Amino acid sequence: MASLVDALPRLRRRGARRKGRGADIIQTIALVCAVLLAGGALLAPWLTPFDPLDQSLLARLRPPIGFDRYSAGHLAGTDELGRDVLSRSLHGLRLTLALAFAGAVIGLLLGGLLGLIAGQRRGWVEDGIMSLVDMQIAIPFTLVALLVLALMGSSLTVLVLVLGIAGWEQYARIVRGEVRRIAAQPYLEAAHTAGAGPFYIAWRHVLPNLVSPLVVQFTLSLSNIVILESTLSFLGLGVQPPQPSLGSMVGLGRDYMPTAPWIVLTPAALIVVLTFTVQILGDWLRDRADVRLRER
Amino acid sequence: MTPYLLRHVLKAVVTLWAIVTVTFVATRLSGNPIDTFLGEGLTAEGRQALIDYFQLDRSLWHQYLAYLRGVLSGEFGLSFVDRRPVTTVVAERLWPSGQLLLTSVALTVAVSLPLGVLAAVYRRSWIGSAVMVVAFTGYAVPSFVLAIVMVLTFSYWLNWLPVVGNGTWLHFIMPTIAMSGGLIAALTRFTRNAMLDVLGQDFIRTARAKGLRETQVVLKHGLGNASITVISVIGLQIAGLAAAGSVVVESIFSWPGVGQMLVNAAILRDYPVLQFGVIAVAVAVVSINILTDIAYALADPRIRLARA
Repeated sequence: MASLVDALPRLRRRGARRKGRGADIIQTIALVCAVLLAGGALLAPWLTPFDPLDQSLLARLRPPIGFDRYSAGHLAGTDELGRDVLSRSLHGLRLTLALAFAGAVIGLLLGGLLGLIAGQRRGWVEDGIMSLVDMQIAIPFTLVALLVLALMGSSLTVLVLVLGIAGWEQYARIVRGEVRRIAAQPYLEAAHTAGAGPFYIAWRHVLPNLVSPLVVQFTLSLSNIVILESTLSFLGLGVQPPQPSLGSMVGLGRDYMPTAPWIVLTPAALIVVLTFTVQILGDWLRDRADVRLRER
Repeated sequence: MTPYLLRHVLKAVVTLWAIVTVTFVATRLSGNPIDTFLGEGLTAEGRQALIDYFQLDRSLWHQYLAYLRGVLSGEFGLSFVDRRPVTTVVAERLWPSGQLLLTSVALTVAVSLPLGVLAAVYRRSWIGSAVMVVAFTGYAVPSFVLAIVMVLTFSYWLNWLPVVGNGTWLHFIMPTIAMSGGLIAALTRFTRNAMLDVLGQDFIRTARAKGLRETQVVLKHGLGNASITVISVIGLQIAGLAAAGSVVVESIFSWPGVGQMLVNAAILRDYPVLQFGVIAVAVAVVSINILTDIAYALADPRIRLARA
């Protein structure tokens, strides 16, 4: 996969031509966005003047600042119950990011562990794990998520588990591949000869090599998980009302689109900015780390 | 050839068995299946009848075997909502989904192949960069956001296109584009990478050296060889992506297909429909995968002529 940054030679700053120096414009914008998004999400309870669940029947469906009937203080307008759209969006962003991080960590631990086992043990253990990977790739995961959420109810715990299982196979493939590659290196043979045990080798020689590909994959998977979470919440199967999440705000605001499009546009814009930012940073990290992930 | 085919068929069967097992485990993990299946308002006799039917007084292992037997004999039960066999419910929704899938894949191929070739040939100029920006955007924008923005613009604001249903060809425009956005991003990248691989080969240099025109080199020798990879990607990856995308797009545009049915069934807890729908889609995706594998094997003499 070619990175966006590679694809945009003309947008590079002139001074940044020297190798390894300076970030270019797009990455700088992405970094600023990342700081703003993270700050907005972390500080949401203190930043927002309104409680995301507070209803105000006198100020329903009010448009954002700059339009007629703007209601003072509600910068991005209010929804059908008079709740502040900006406050809800920031709290939704907070929840979306928290879920995405938790899901990505679960995927990392699960996939990493299975990949490690598959890489170190040959034979039927490896075959079994790798056919699990193949299955996960073959089955459209959104469908499995629908089934599980419908059956088990969409509590946040179930949602986090579903999001965690969504991407584990990528980690497993990367870790197994790296473990295989490292196992063929002379320094590992030396460690073996010197009498190092499997845990010592895993910790001292294998793990340090895994850090950068895993960090890159973690970042890239964040944006996939954000998309999956907001899609499920959009369909009404993820985060449940009244708790706001970006996806569910878009889903529930759909009914008011002809008259009050700002209810869906603010969270929709936040989702897009978020996925773009994470993707660009992920690509950038990959280039920096010079990691060769599987391309197709 | 035969061992290759056998291995792939075996893999497909195992995958299907796994998804059937997942549907079983999910019901049993969610607590008492009777409450999952019917909820409140069940008489004592009804309850007993269900316990007998699903053999809930037997061990889990027995229940599992009974479930597998049911699946193998094509017995999937009745929909809770309208009491019709779920196989009928799913069957009448296949064609609308198929139509949308066909238009989406057609659009995807029509856009991605030229874009991918352009991006590979003009890798170092602004054309290649522009193509990759398009692909990147398609990857980062979720399909439901794309759909919502289109509905706002073309239906509510400009009043050009209808939102709900699948009556006329106008109804196809927005759902097809919403489905294709992510697919185009994926396929353009694959095509570009496949073309870059092929264009770096020795026979391309030979073709140029013997004086072929550049268009012939790129289209005949380049795309001709890259298309094998590209077609297998369409079969192996695009099918799964499209299945996932149809769930979202069909429910936004009230498209009477399998995807919308699955979402409705999930929200209404119409468990038998959901279960059979997931299995049906899995069968479809796995079948497309295996057909692709077979086509790939037939097209590639290295596999076709291989001995065990």
